[in-house]
Amino acid sequence: MTRPDRETGPEAGAEAGVRPWSCSRPYRDGPSGVVRGPVRSRTAALVPGQVRARSPFPFLLRWSVFLGAGLCWEVAARARRSVYFPPPLRIVRHALDLWFSGPARHLFLSSDAVGTILPSLGRMAAGFALAAVAGIALGIAVGRSRRAYALCNPVLQFARAVPPPALVPVFVVVFDVGTPMQVASIVFGAVWPVLVNSAEGARATDPLRLQVAAVLRLTAPERLWFLILPSALPRILAGLRLGLSLSLILMVFSELLPGSDDGIGFTLTDAMTRSDLLTVWAALLLLGALGYLLNTALLAVEKRLVGPGSPAGRTV
Amino acid sequence: MLRLDSVSRRFGEQHVLDGISLTVPDGQLLSVVGPSGCGKSTLLRTIAGLLPAQEGTVTVDGTPVTGVPERLAVVFQEYGRSLLPWLTVRDNVALPLRRRGLGRAARRAEAETILERVGLHGVARRRPRELSGGMQQRVAIARALVCRPSLLLMDEPFGSLDAGTREDLEDLLLEVHRADETTIVFVTHDIDESVYVGDRVVVLSAGPGSRVVRDLPVTLPGERDQITTRGSTAFVTLRTEVGRAVRAVRGAPPEGPR
Repeated sequence: MTRPDRETGPEAGAEAGVRPWSCSRPYRDGPSGVVRGPVRSRTAALVPGQVRARSPFPFLLRWSVFLGAGLCWEVAARARRSVYFPPPLRIVRHALDLWFSGPARHLFLSSDAVGTILPSLGRMAAGFALAAVAGIALGIAVGRSRRAYALCNPVLQFARAVPPPALVPVFVVVFDVGTPMQVASIVFGAVWPVLVNSAEGARATDPLRLQVAAVLRLTAPERLWFLILPSALPRILAGLRLGLSLSLILMVFSELLPGSDDGIGFTLTDAMTRSDLLTVWAALLLLGALGYLLNTALLAVEKRLVGPGSPAGRTV
Repeated sequence: MLRLDSVSRRFGEQHVLDGISLTVPDGQLLSVVGPSGCGKSTLLRTIAGLLPAQEGTVTVDGTPVTGVPERLAVVFQEYGRSLLPWLTVRDNVALPLRRRGLGRAARRAEAETILERVGLHGVARRRPRELSGGMQQRVAIARALVCRPSLLLMDEPFGSLDAGTREDLEDLLLEVHRADETTIVFVTHDIDESVYVGDRVVVLSAGPGSRVVRDLPVTLPGERDQITTRGSTAFVTLRTEVGRAVRAVRGAPPEGPR
């Protein structure tokens, strides 16, 4: 099993494309994917969404390090003329040629992009959506029952501790390489942080508010909708963000396997066998950009739901 | 009518309530005072059916309390936690009306009427957190009143408010009580407040194992006023008597098994 080891390179690259942006956020991700400590700090400065508003630097300045690093790379790569490390501008141009040179009515996507990016995104969307629904539903159920939590917690801790890509071989055997196996890998990789965080969120429902719900004689669905779900929402969203980055990792990883015939991961291995390093780098760039965009989109949703000024944003 | 027959409750070996018997006739406003930690909140939660009585029985209008009784409402001290921050003020108040089968518009209209009644104007669409503490507690009172409870339990409802707001809310409570003739059990650790709002004051002994040590009718006129009532001889006599009883239980060695 040397192959998965070798392939951790691009996978780590994909992860790096997602993670750094979450560092400035108030959610502190534990090593095993649970959010540690209070998710919502009492200090307003740490409420998600306000970080950006209170950033000490304007937009351009904040990206200056990114641009500076790119520039250094550009200069160094041009000076060295290494085939392994092409200059970033060439990578960008190559990526644009490969995927974004299509007609306007196809949103400028080339046929190559339609055959590469869309299958990947489709599988990722399906896997992440299934993981989110299952994780939230099961997590709330487990978190609301002390017994269920006590019984399920060891299983959850164990399942979460297994590195998700290690599960992929199981699904390869069960489903053979293809979309079902890839979606299953994403679901089983991404569901645990969503589940565990939803359970923690539901468990942390204010006991006084539960007494209020009892006194108001709310029905079980009313209690779920008006009390438990809104209380758990910040944690659920934190779990979803972890699940999203895992989805991206597993999407690429499952496409790297021999036998897969489309997707960004396939493009990576295909270009690797052809020693086409320019395409490899372009795929990495694409993955980084995708990860960044998806995470930004989820943060925007989060800001709307629990950010300052939103209904739940003023929770204690 | 609310009746408690030798209600006891333990947490582990420790008695919290030790044989409390009380009868509260309909329409009475009963103040319960006692030093902190004497089990006042436990007593209230037992009446509300949130905690089961381990010994003895609680009956509301002749029905033994097993769950939360019909037409019971509770106002907690922690208004900030008891209101749901993700709902507007109006929806917080309208929430208990859902089980009456009213449509959304009817629920909201009713909630707005009650909000006006507790002296809140033009805040229906605001969120609880945008209001001051006193206003939030008014919202909580509105939510309690919206179902027209026959029994209202209040757990140190004004304990965390400043003096002025507190006086306003005490007067609001008296007004509501006079108008609706709701039976109210009002738990407080403030001796003056217990006399000012109460028709009757019950002093609980210090925990563990609290019991009723003093049961005094409040012989003040129904119409009360923060300045003249509090200055009247009758008020001063009563608050002195209650104060003595509370001091005595605080100084006395703890009763019940240790």
